[in-house]
Amino acid sequence: MDLNYTKEEQAFREDVRSFVHENLPKDIGEKVLHHKRLVKDDWVRWQKILYKKGWVAPNWPKEYGGCAWTPIQQHIFDEECGYAGAPRVMPFGLVMVAPVIQNFGSKWQKEYYLPRILSSEDWWAQGYSEPGSGSDLASVKTKAVRQGDHYIVDGQKTWTTLGQYANMIFCLVRTDTTVKKQEGISFLLIDMTLPGVTVRPIITLDEEHEVNEVFFDNVKVPAQNMVGEEGKGWTYAKFLLGHERTGIARVGESKRELEQLKAIAAKELRNGKPLMQDPRFRDRITAVEVELMALEITLLRVLSSRTKPGPEASILKIKGTDIQQALTELTMEAVGPYALPFRPEVRDGNWKGESVGPEYAAAAAAVYFNYRKTSIYGGSNEIQRNIISQMVLGL
Amino acid sequence: MDFIYSDEQQQLRDSLQKYIAKEYGFEARKAIIASKQGFSDKVWAQFAEMGLLGVAFDEAHGGFGGSSVDTMLVMTELGRGMVVEPYFSTVVVGGSLIDLGGSEAQKQAILSEVVQGKLLLAAALGEPKSRYELNCVETAAKRDGAGYVLNGHKAVVLHGESADKLVVSARTAGGARDAKGISLFLVDRKSAGVAVQGYRTIDGMRAAEIKFANVKVGADGVLGEVDAALPLLERAADFAVSALCAEAVGAMEALNAATYEYLKTRQQFGRPIGSFQALQHRAVDMMIHCEQSRSLALLASVKVQSEDPNERKRTVSAAKIQIGRSGRHISEEAIQLHGGMGVSNELAAGHYAKRLTMINATLGDVDHHSERFASAA
Repeated sequence: MDLNYTKEEQAFREDVRSFVHENLPKDIGEKVLHHKRLVKDDWVRWQKILYKKGWVAPNWPKEYGGCAWTPIQQHIFDEECGYAGAPRVMPFGLVMVAPVIQNFGSKWQKEYYLPRILSSEDWWAQGYSEPGSGSDLASVKTKAVRQGDHYIVDGQKTWTTLGQYANMIFCLVRTDTTVKKQEGISFLLIDMTLPGVTVRPIITLDEEHEVNEVFFDNVKVPAQNMVGEEGKGWTYAKFLLGHERTGIARVGESKRELEQLKAIAAKELRNGKPLMQDPRFRDRITAVEVELMALEITLLRVLSSRTKPGPEASILKIKGTDIQQALTELTMEAVGPYALPFRPEVRDGNWKGESVGPEYAAAAAAVYFNYRKTSIYGGSNEIQRNIISQMVLGL
Repeated sequence: MDFIYSDEQQQLRDSLQKYIAKEYGFEARKAIIASKQGFSDKVWAQFAEMGLLGVAFDEAHGGFGGSSVDTMLVMTELGRGMVVEPYFSTVVVGGSLIDLGGSEAQKQAILSEVVQGKLLLAAALGEPKSRYELNCVETAAKRDGAGYVLNGHKAVVLHGESADKLVVSARTAGGARDAKGISLFLVDRKSAGVAVQGYRTIDGMRAAEIKFANVKVGADGVLGEVDAALPLLERAADFAVSALCAEAVGAMEALNAATYEYLKTRQQFGRPIGSFQALQHRAVDMMIHCEQSRSLALLASVKVQSEDPNERKRTVSAAKIQIGRSGRHISEEAIQLHGGMGVSNELAAGHYAKRLTMINATLGDVDHHSERFASAA
């Protein structure tokens, strides 16, 4: 047993670190570190920088432009990017739909969509959840009816993250209502600029526009946009889930937030002394830090195992989001009464005005409320527990 | 033991409950929050008409001679309706500071105006570095003839921008954290040298940073004893905390009710999600949190009147700890059990969660009161 990174891995980490340090645009890094609002161009700019370096799709097979990294290298890359304050690479195209297209898509779909995903020419959204289908995803109702060379799509998707920026959406649609619900689902790629597609914002507790409702009204989608076989959408969706599990631990981001929390607690005073010296508060920081140390090793154990990550990877989602939420909670408490002021305008990258309280307090409560989403999205933590209890424990 | 409310108290509660249910729905509240002032003059006038603004004050000062329990009843209903009007800052904090520490002339002049809804108050107690410590006062009040001159910065003053008069804690002697040397002043918000930077708070209220630059206060603007205002401040703050706890109980009840309703109506996997045992147990824990909170909020509303400062501090801090913990638990669980809907700003649930969370950050969080509780033993 050797729980150290190899020399090669350490050298790789140095490479990633210096690359990010030298290439992450300062304005974007500042926004991420201070919880300012990112706009489409921020993500696209960073993804294009990674694309130029050949690092935008490390999870892809080499033949499609991937990096052929080991899972540990992939983790080191994620961790370094997260820690440095790089925006998260938008997963919907690169991490989610691309592997489905690579494994099940047609020759045309591969040739047309994959290069556009790599170059960030297309911005993809995920069309899974519907108003009546959240945890019970297999109950999706949005229907696609074959009509000659097209499918006619009617229905609604919801909680579509950054759908306002997207021009493509991959959807689970119902193509057959006569069979078992999982067997009537298909995987359809829909151009959001087609007539009949409407995107409507959902404003969240922090008054930000991050998620949307997407409506399909008689949308005529070319049949060549059907992935694989009709009725196999559920299988592809499950395949896709296996691809998003390990990145969800967010160890790098949490390390960065922990460090920022400690810096805040060193500045804030309680009874005339730094909050960081208050045993009551310090112990709570320690408790999160210990959980984070354990999560990192748990993640590395999953990544190092010779088999593909299985259902036990749900642990990473549960603990990863617990930790992210605990950090936002402690940060909000650290700023004391300055958690109250709510000034969304301050989160604009170009905002210049009179501040209220310390800069680090400006978004603390908003971020706390925003991060409640993490235990709900990507399969709620209740669903993750069901997965573990059924698939791992056999209960 | 008698946990029964009097007929008058029940009437007060029922009429307020009815008014809020009819006039203060989620959409009406949203429009009020979006208005320039952030609260409704019309609602405030109605409150005055209903007698809400005077429940706690003596009849001699235009009030109705009620007890702290009456304030608790009102605050619980305001919590249930997430009412954003400045009841807490004007009546509870500002009003009790004047009621407990003011001269007869000050009470006559101010409280009767408050009761009629003609005068708004705000308490400017916190400072950028004071966190929750009332004794941490750097704003300076220097003798100037018969009066004083104020200089300093007061932080997160609830409803500071709309208040007619501010109750300001300032240092007349001693160092920044000394218990002695703190005095209270009544300052017109429009006085020369008062600069107010107003803003929204995340729970739908308003607050302000208020800076004082050579603000002159006459001798009649001194509230209570010079150099020795801390005990008065603490007493009024305890009363305010007990009222916040009562408000939190109202919010918890409403948030729990909304969550139970959601569990019963939201269908997944062909049945209501409330039929899943894992969620049922969580709903029960939310209910237990609410009941434990209600118990200590009740106790605090009575013991806040105790002549024994240690008993008062201990009970009030216990209630604030319980409400802080349970408020966090209920808020987070309610959002989680609502799923995506819980993080949408279009549903009341998240707004209750925001209010409950900010109550913890008002007049001392769980950590602050844990230490106070232990030291008041």
